[in-house]
Amino acid sequence: MSKANLLDRRQVVSSLLADRKDAIVVGGLGASTYDIAAAGDHDRNLYLWGAMGGAVMMGLGLALAQPKVPVVVITGDGEMLMGMGSLATVGLQKPGNLSIIVLDNESYGETGGQVSHTGAAADLVGVARACGIADSRTLSTLGEIAAFGKGMQDTSSGPRFANVKIDKANLERVLSNRDGGFILNRLRGALGYQPI
Amino acid sequence: MHARTEASQEQSEVQAASWPEEIFSILQHFDVRQVPYVPDAGHSQLIERVLGSSTMRGIPLTTEEEGVALMLGAWAGGQRGVLLMQSSGVGNCINMLSLTQIFRFPFLTLVTMRGEWGEFNPWQVPMGSSTQGVFELSGIKVLRATDPGEVRDVVEAGASQAYNALTPTAVLLSQRLIGTKVFVK
Repeated sequence: MSKANLLDRRQVVSSLLADRKDAIVVGGLGASTYDIAAAGDHDRNLYLWGAMGGAVMMGLGLALAQPKVPVVVITGDGEMLMGMGSLATVGLQKPGNLSIIVLDNESYGETGGQVSHTGAAADLVGVARACGIADSRTLSTLGEIAAFGKGMQDTSSGPRFANVKIDKANLERVLSNRDGGFILNRLRGALGYQPI
Repeated sequence: MHARTEASQEQSEVQAASWPEEIFSILQHFDVRQVPYVPDAGHSQLIERVLGSSTMRGIPLTTEEEGVALMLGAWAGGQRGVLLMQSSGVGNCINMLSLTQIFRFPFLTLVTMRGEWGEFNPWQVPMGSSTQGVFELSGIKVLRATDPGEVRDVVEAGASQAYNALTPTAVLLSQRLIGTKVFVK
C-alpha cells in the first residue's frame, strides 16, 4: 500500500508549520484538516469540514485583506481539483503573501481511497503555472519542505504553489474544532477584530 | 456589424441608468472592500466603477461559488465583500452557500435577473425561475428591486441587514429594471 519514497503527510505539515509565526492557515476538508490539527491547534487556523473546492478562495480573501500576514492553504488533490478555477483567480490577483500546498495522495482518502485525476493525468503544478502562478513547483524531500516553509514567511514574493506527493496511508483522524462560529471569531480575534 | 451596433446601443442604455451609481455609493458607505464578480451586462456599469475605485478591489471569478468562499476569507481578515452575479450563477453557488450558515458572516449578493420579463433566451428561464427558491432554501433572505426609484432603498436595506445583523441577503435586480436583452430587432 505505502511506498517508501513518498513523504508522510503529518511530517510534511508539521515541518511546514513548525516555525509558522503569525501565519494564517486554511485547511481543506478531510485529512488536510486533521494534519493541521495534528501539528497543533492554533488561533489562526481556519479548519474546513465541508465547502469542497473553496479552500484556495478563502485563502485569497484572507490574503487580500491581510497583505502583511502570510496566508497558507493546505489541501488535498481532490479538494484542489474541485476548485481548480480558483488557481486562475489567484493567478490574476497575485497576492504576494499567499502560499498553496497540495498534499497529493492521488486518491480520495476520506471516501475509501478512490483514485483521483492526479494519479494518471492531471498535473496540478502545470495547471497552477499555466494559471499565472509563476512560482509553482513539486516538493519531494523534507529538505525542500522545510525550505518552502521558510519561504512562506516572505509576503512579497508569492503567490506560490507546491504539490507534494504523499503516502496514501490513511492515518488516525485528529479532529479539529468544527464549530464555524468559534473558529471564525477566534481567528478574527487573533487579528484584532471584535465580534459585531 | 449590425449585431455590434445593437450591442453598443444596449450598452449605452445600461450606462445611462443612475441606479448602478446609487449601488456604488451604498457599497462605499458600508466600506465594502472586496467585490468578487462574474460579469453580467446588467452589472457592467457597477463593475466599471468598482474597478476604477481606490478602496474596492474587483475580483473576477471563474465561477460564482468562488465568490462565496472569498467573502468568508475576506471577513475572517476584517474586510466586507459583496458578490455580483447573474441569476444563472446562483445555481453554481449552492453547496458553498453552506458557509453562510456555518460561519454566520456578513453575506450580501446583488443578482441581476434573467429568464423573466420578456426573455428571448429559453436557456435563461429555468435558473431564473428558481433563483429566489434556491436562495430561500439555502437560508438566504431575498429582497427584490424592480423600479429604478426603489433600488437605493432596497440595496441599502439589504446591505444593512447583511453587514449589521449578519443576515445573509440576496438582492434581486429584476430584468424589468435592467432591460430585456435584445438579440434581434
